[in-house]
Amino acid sequence: MPDESVTLRYAGRFLDGFLTTAWICGVSICAAVALGLALFLVRRLPFAPARWFYDGYVGLLRGTPFLIQIFLLYYGGPGLGLRLSATTTALIGLSVYGSAYFAEIFRAGFEAVPRGQVEAARMLGFDRGQILRNVELPQMAALIIPPSVNQCIILIKESAVLSVITVPELTTVATRVVSETFSFAEPYLLLALLYWLLVETTARGGRWLERATGRHLTTTKGLPP
Amino acid sequence: MFDPAIIVPYLPTLIEGAGITFAVSILAILLGIPCGLALCFLRQSRGRAPATAAAVYISFFRGTPLLVQLLVFFYIPPAYGIELPAYLTAVAVLTMNTTAFQAEIFRGGLHAIPRGQVEAARMLGFTHGQVRRRVLVPQMLRVTLPALTNEAIDILKSSSLVSVIAVSELLRRGRQVAAATYHPLEAYAATALMYLLLVSLIAYAGRHAGRRLSLSR
Repeated sequence: MPDESVTLRYAGRFLDGFLTTAWICGVSICAAVALGLALFLVRRLPFAPARWFYDGYVGLLRGTPFLIQIFLLYYGGPGLGLRLSATTTALIGLSVYGSAYFAEIFRAGFEAVPRGQVEAARMLGFDRGQILRNVELPQMAALIIPPSVNQCIILIKESAVLSVITVPELTTVATRVVSETFSFAEPYLLLALLYWLLVETTARGGRWLERATGRHLTTTKGLPP
Repeated sequence: MFDPAIIVPYLPTLIEGAGITFAVSILAILLGIPCGLALCFLRQSRGRAPATAAAVYISFFRGTPLLVQLLVFFYIPPAYGIELPAYLTAVAVLTMNTTAFQAEIFRGGLHAIPRGQVEAARMLGFTHGQVRRRVLVPQMLRVTLPALTNEAIDILKSSSLVSVIAVSELLRRGRQVAAATYHPLEAYAATALMYLLLVSLIAYAGRHAGRRLSLSR
């Protein structure tokens, strides 16, 4: 039987789970962006093995389910002498998984910057680092916001998978409440609502950021999705 | 250390699991195409109520994790006395999920078709339904093929989550092999490799179909 008091009684735990989901996602997304940028810069190195490494890394992480990456790290890790707690596994797993996607977003963003601008900057005597900082990065920043926000939303949703290794996040809390109270409808519907709120807030924030940073752009055409 | 030979006796069960993963995902994707098209047109419809209902549906299925959708549809109906086989629930939830994503993909495809074509077809005496069936849908499918391929890959990967609700697909087999051999690293690496193969297969099929369907430019 549905029982309203169940949700009320467990509101504190749901809040804990919500905050855990939020901080794990927040930290992982920042790490994934940094790692993704580093990966992309590796790909730009002028020798082939760097590109092979990039293609392999991105191909592996984008070609396998996040759930199995988590299993490999958490249960397979000890076989390689890597013993991690559930939360550490979550942070590493989500960051590494996200980095492959962010690297591809950066790549698409850079490709959307017209080559002529880079050539013009070089003609004007800018070195590689200066071109990156002063020409390429500022332009791509506005272009990569929509796909980046999308990726953040995907990572927030994927974080529910972390419940299978008992990271004390939102889904774990809901599943535990269900197994303690035998009330299914309430906790699971509340769970869906909380994720929806988190995702919708992120999407709205993204749209605001898009408007705020994209004012100087006449068009965002040419950026692959 | 790492010893791939441990997995060899378990390859048939893993391959069978890969077959189930493939079947479940492809079924969901194919069922999702007509549902997604219908939902896309419903969303565009002039009626306020149907358009809002479609928007709410899309928002729910795109805004919540698939795992949560599985939990909702796997555990809530039995609590009210409705028992469904796990496989049916798995395919149904994956289909409902992909329907929402495909509806948005098709919306993008719809915008890519010049309005003039619709007007021309209307002038030629086509009814609304005929315009959709003969003019819009075939072009929408062609334009959105790359996005649909991506969605198929996404669903294939996400289908690993149905292992949580007792469907004996690839990842569940992988977990069983890990438990039986006490070698999780090898078992999960083999499972990951199979997902990679399946994903590559779909990506290849998508590219091949794209080449055949593209207009000669």
